[in-house]
Amino acid sequence: MLETLTVRVNGSPVNVPAGSTVAVAVLLSTGACRTSVSGQPRAPLCGMGTCFECRVEINGRQHRRSCQVVCEADMEIKAHG
Amino acid sequence: MDSVIQRNFDVAVIGAGPAGIAAAVAAAESGARVALLDDNPAPGGQIWRGGAKSSHHSQAGHWLDRLSNSSVSVLAGTRVFYAHNGALEAESDDSLWQILYGKLILATGARELFLPFPGWTLPNVVGAGGIQAMVKSGLPINGKRVVLAGTGPLLLAVAAYLSEHGANVLCICEQASFSQLCAFAPALAAFPSKLIEAAQLRFRSRRAPYIMNAWPVAAFGKERLQSVQVSENQRCREIECDYLACGFHLVPNLELARALDCRVTNGFVEVNEFQETSQPGIYCAGEPTGIGGLEPAIVEGRIAGYAASGNLNSAKQLLATRVRYKKVVNAMKKAFALRPELATLAKSDTLLCRCEDISFEDARKHASWRAAKLHSRCGMGPCQGRVCGAAAEFLFGWTIDSSRPPIFPVRCSSLAASSLPSSPAQRHGGSQ
Repeated sequence: MLETLTVRVNGSPVNVPAGSTVAVAVLLSTGACRTSVSGQPRAPLCGMGTCFECRVEINGRQHRRSCQVVCEADMEIKAHG
Repeated sequence: MDSVIQRNFDVAVIGAGPAGIAAAVAAAESGARVALLDDNPAPGGQIWRGGAKSSHHSQAGHWLDRLSNSSVSVLAGTRVFYAHNGALEAESDDSLWQILYGKLILATGARELFLPFPGWTLPNVVGAGGIQAMVKSGLPINGKRVVLAGTGPLLLAVAAYLSEHGANVLCICEQASFSQLCAFAPALAAFPSKLIEAAQLRFRSRRAPYIMNAWPVAAFGKERLQSVQVSENQRCREIECDYLACGFHLVPNLELARALDCRVTNGFVEVNEFQETSQPGIYCAGEPTGIGGLEPAIVEGRIAGYAASGNLNSAKQLLATRVRYKKVVNAMKKAFALRPELATLAKSDTLLCRCEDISFEDARKHASWRAAKLHSRCGMGPCQGRVCGAAAEFLFGWTIDSSRPPIFPVRCSSLAASSLPSSPAQRHGGSQ
């Protein structure tokens, strides 16, 4: 059995396999990371840190690329999808 | 307040993919003090993301072990945003790194080329390498319906990887024609990793059709992707799916090389036989010198690492191998050349710049990349044109020839503590 941990996305708990990136936690919950400047929902595109579509707030710090940050237990993630 | 950490190394290597790892290990084994910096949470680059256990490449374990047994200082999760005259600056989660180096090796890798079509901004329209990276990073894909589209051997490798993880790969749409691929088959058959062959074999058994002359036309959905329309031998059909994974081959990450004034010719960094760029003491290895995949990257990395640490004898022994691999690089380029129809998929209101939501039409009316940036804000968002700039080069034939620091968005605290000059005049005045 895979080890899992729990983070919160917009206040709701999400279980992810240990080692998952924050992008995975967001895709398993809200499905979108941010709202674009014209109001569209956006989610990860490149998966490797170059496109900046996966930006979320993590533990109070904004504009973190969720695909490049590994989940830690009890992380507070805010996605605005 | 973030801490500022200052360190001194003989050789700094930027990018911890196969080329960077090979370079760092070669330099360290030649006696140099080496730093290896990478934006990603762990070394391995994209191909070895997730470490040896999530990679089919037997070389992954070998090189990652060699790296961890070496004296190399690995700084993962650390983005280099500025480099000049023997010093670089990088940002990690809570620190600003100021690193003085004797020699610099750029192993900054490549990213996928994405082309705009209606619906390409919907959630769950992802990169082909992108979805693989996300599955390696924990995304469950079991039972998900995936359409792969674009071009290049990566599509097959990703299809094989996703199937093995339980995805239902509905089809692989390759834009190149059968005759185009066949013309270069002899060279590609010699593709050293036998990646294509392996992927095809794995694939045949799972019956996902590999369709040539096929490409995505539009993606549909409200909050997220629901279906994709593909053009298949001049006929369109709609396919319902959970993910559309697109990649139109790779483009090199040249931001740092350009910021350092390394000469770039035909889209790639020019290097001599020892991988040294037009700037003395700055070397480049892997995809930024030509898209060739794993084997050329490792050989180039080793040559650069040996040369940068003054071990020219070891470097010379590898020169013949590199020449052989370069033939594959050229064949790949021709076999997967993009067809002109792909430049006509975007409608006038399709977004080109996803950061600033600038439409295809609002960008196209300008004469150059620079004019589009100045007048429309295209390419001025956080990705700094990494997505739309590469697309615009193909769509409009524009040339992107400059890159200004900081080459990544950084925190105000990092900028305040940085030695980054505030104006171009100051930058040029101070560097001579």
